[in-house]
Amino acid sequence: MHLIINGEDHDDLPEGLSVAGLLAHFGWPERKIAVERNREVVPKSAYAKTVLANHDQLEIIHFIGGG
Amino acid sequence: MSADPLVIAGRRFNSRLIIGTGKFADYQQNADALDASGAEIVTVAVRRVNLSNPDEPMLVDYLKPDQVTYLPNTAGCYTGQDAVRTLRLAREAGGWNLVKLEVLSDVHLYPDMAETLSSLKLLVADGFDVMVYCTDDPVYCQKLQDAGAAAIMPLAAPIGSGLGLLNPTNIQLVRQAVNVPVLVDAGLGTASEAAAAMELGCDGIIANTAIAGAKDPIRMARAFRHAVIAGREAFLAGRIERKAYAVASSPMTGLID
Repeated sequence: MHLIINGEDHDDLPEGLSVAGLLAHFGWPERKIAVERNREVVPKSAYAKTVLANHDQLEIIHFIGGG
Repeated sequence: MSADPLVIAGRRFNSRLIIGTGKFADYQQNADALDASGAEIVTVAVRRVNLSNPDEPMLVDYLKPDQVTYLPNTAGCYTGQDAVRTLRLAREAGGWNLVKLEVLSDVHLYPDMAETLSSLKLLVADGFDVMVYCTDDPVYCQKLQDAGAAAIMPLAAPIGSGLGLLNPTNIQLVRQAVNVPVLVDAGLGTASEAAAAMELGCDGIIANTAIAGAKDPIRMARAFRHAVIAGREAFLAGRIERKAYAVASSPMTGLID
């Protein structure tokens, strides 16, 4: 499956991944991040049931230092 | 709880100092500075994760969101749509809806007030409590209040400049023009300037570079803590009138011969 994650192409991802599956694939802890799928925020409660489609655009963010 | 809390959008805080989390040597130094500052709110930025490095140090591991209030900012956003999008993600990441709106221009990072006002309206409509970084124009600050700002945060001087309180008259005019809390945000260089802003009647201070960029950030954090308390106390106590003549402090009677 092909996804665009944080502006970068990822061509080699397993088919039928959920958001939870994608985070597990990369090793990112769910509680420290937030996910946007095709410009809509995905609620944490929906990570497991949100199945990603080919060519979805995802943003995965966290908090860093800022003023 | 303090007898003189800072109340923003119904939330009560003992400390009137907010510190940033940018520019520290590392997150541990940031956490130590937070401890020394006594602050209960930190500003934070929202950025993409580095997908390939899930084990990198993370802010939330050092400054615990259950122990300090995160105030997500919109640094890097140039339009209202960008700001709303960024803060919706921040809200999902942490569950907070108290946020700092900053829509900057490319003119010395000065706030773009027209874009700030339109962004504020979008965020308020989306249910956010918005603390707004802005210029020290009292008329525009009133417009921000009318649009639902939870706090007005005029700059003391350009971001990161350390020039201090360049226009105390305008800061005072802003304080008089609005009813919501006024916090001086950006441009302070040292503790006495924070005290001076508080003596004008400001409700709080945000400091980042002044603390993080000091030779000893922990000590400067402590200095700001004391300065904000001192300035607030002095404001509440009420300063004496300025006189153009001397008035003796010691009685002139009962002198020895």
